[in-house]
Amino acid sequence: MSSTPSTAQSSPQGPPTGSPRGPVPGPQRRDGGAGPRLLVLRRYEDVPAGAHPPHDFPDYRSTVLRHPLRAPFDLPQRLTEVTGPVLDDRRPAVHDDDLTRQHEGEPIGQRIVVHGRVLDSDGRAVPDALVEVWQANAGGRYRHDLDRWPSPVDPNFSGVGRTTTDGEGRYRFTTIMPGAYPWRNHPNAWRPAHIHFSLFGRAFTQRLVTQMYFPDDSLFAQDPMIRSIPDPKGVQRLVSRFDWNATEPDWALGYEWDIVLRGDAATPFEDPDHEEDHA
Amino acid sequence: MSTTVARGGDGPDAAKLALTPSQTVGPYLAIGLTWADGPEIATAGLPGAFLLRGTLRDGAGDPVPDGMLEIWQADPDGRFDHPDDPRGAVVVPGFRGYGRCLTDTEGRFWFRTVKPGQVPDGDGGAQAPHLDVTVMARGLLDRLVTRIYFADEEPANAEDPVLRSLPEEVRGTLLARPAEGGYVFDVVLQGEGETAFFRL
Repeated sequence: MSSTPSTAQSSPQGPPTGSPRGPVPGPQRRDGGAGPRLLVLRRYEDVPAGAHPPHDFPDYRSTVLRHPLRAPFDLPQRLTEVTGPVLDDRRPAVHDDDLTRQHEGEPIGQRIVVHGRVLDSDGRAVPDALVEVWQANAGGRYRHDLDRWPSPVDPNFSGVGRTTTDGEGRYRFTTIMPGAYPWRNHPNAWRPAHIHFSLFGRAFTQRLVTQMYFPDDSLFAQDPMIRSIPDPKGVQRLVSRFDWNATEPDWALGYEWDIVLRGDAATPFEDPDHEEDHA
Repeated sequence: MSTTVARGGDGPDAAKLALTPSQTVGPYLAIGLTWADGPEIATAGLPGAFLLRGTLRDGAGDPVPDGMLEIWQADPDGRFDHPDDPRGAVVVPGFRGYGRCLTDTEGRFWFRTVKPGQVPDGDGGAQAPHLDVTVMARGLLDRLVTRIYFADEEPANAEDPVLRSLPEEVRGTLLARPAEGGYVFDVVLQGEGETAFFRL
């Protein structure tokens, strides 16, 4: 597509895909005799201010000793940043996307279907993207050694899934509704029900790990994690929508949630030296 | 079109869909993100393979036992197996370019990899061998991004545009140092010796 420039201006000797070790241009110097060798790279948009939570958010106590004190330095997007792992070897196996069928018996809980699309901010599908999920069981208990609150482990539920988006960026999991659970952040603290999502997209720049929530959860108001998003509309971007069309008769409730990763910079052909000045 | 995302309503980015916000991986990231072969960026048999080891620490100097590092890097020739590398995608058998490692109870992580080649800076120059790093953990609401360079690449490091852009006193926080079996690189999230992190 026209908005993903990937043509080399002056690197004609690039080997075909699959060549184990092609001819490789050596390090190119600004004062080298061969003249400038410019690479036209895809460029991703800058993250708008307030789109993501700050690292320093004391209401979430674990941030206190874990946020950097120094302001971040700018890292202009170059080859390493606009590429990323292809992960062909991570194709999901049978039942990786159905968390209710990974054991001999069925897990306890409300069976649900969670589906949606992975898009970039230009509205384009992100195909072949690895989507990894993990979650608590119906009683709010994770299958993790350090989760010891008095709610039972479900022997038929691991709470881990993975899938790959299709050509239109669609993903779909079958699972059970996770329960809320208590934590020690503040008095009588409870996390709203959520599913953790890990996404790669196409490039290192697009990497995202986040959490999906469910509509109208009464626990949002006291949850520092969801309240950490500066943009007041940002909270809603993490809340799925009840989806009657995806609800399967006599089987499972449906929820829809779309995920948006960084799209192209507005002016992908701009001189990167000038782009470095952007915050 | 989607029903749960919307165009940004105001500002110059009104034509863009609003980004999905980040959230922390939380304390139980290990159940969802552990890969048995996660730290194996390169197989042991690949020429030049070494171990990169380190510890992730917080502002009190304590190890972070519920964190994860991810690495993305070029191959030994400075190439990527990716369609957006305009020089063409290159596959090196035994080399994935990507790795992830959950920290253990002592905050330790390790990777097996090879030193990447120099990567063009896109502007006629070259970048020193480097690894792009994502750090995630309980208590990190958004990922942190940093880079690992190699202390024994002094001439290339001296020419690297990213290192050169940093104040001299923080450049050392990005240098992996030779050690038995490979290199050591520690990550300090906060305070004395704080690693240089980037806005990408």
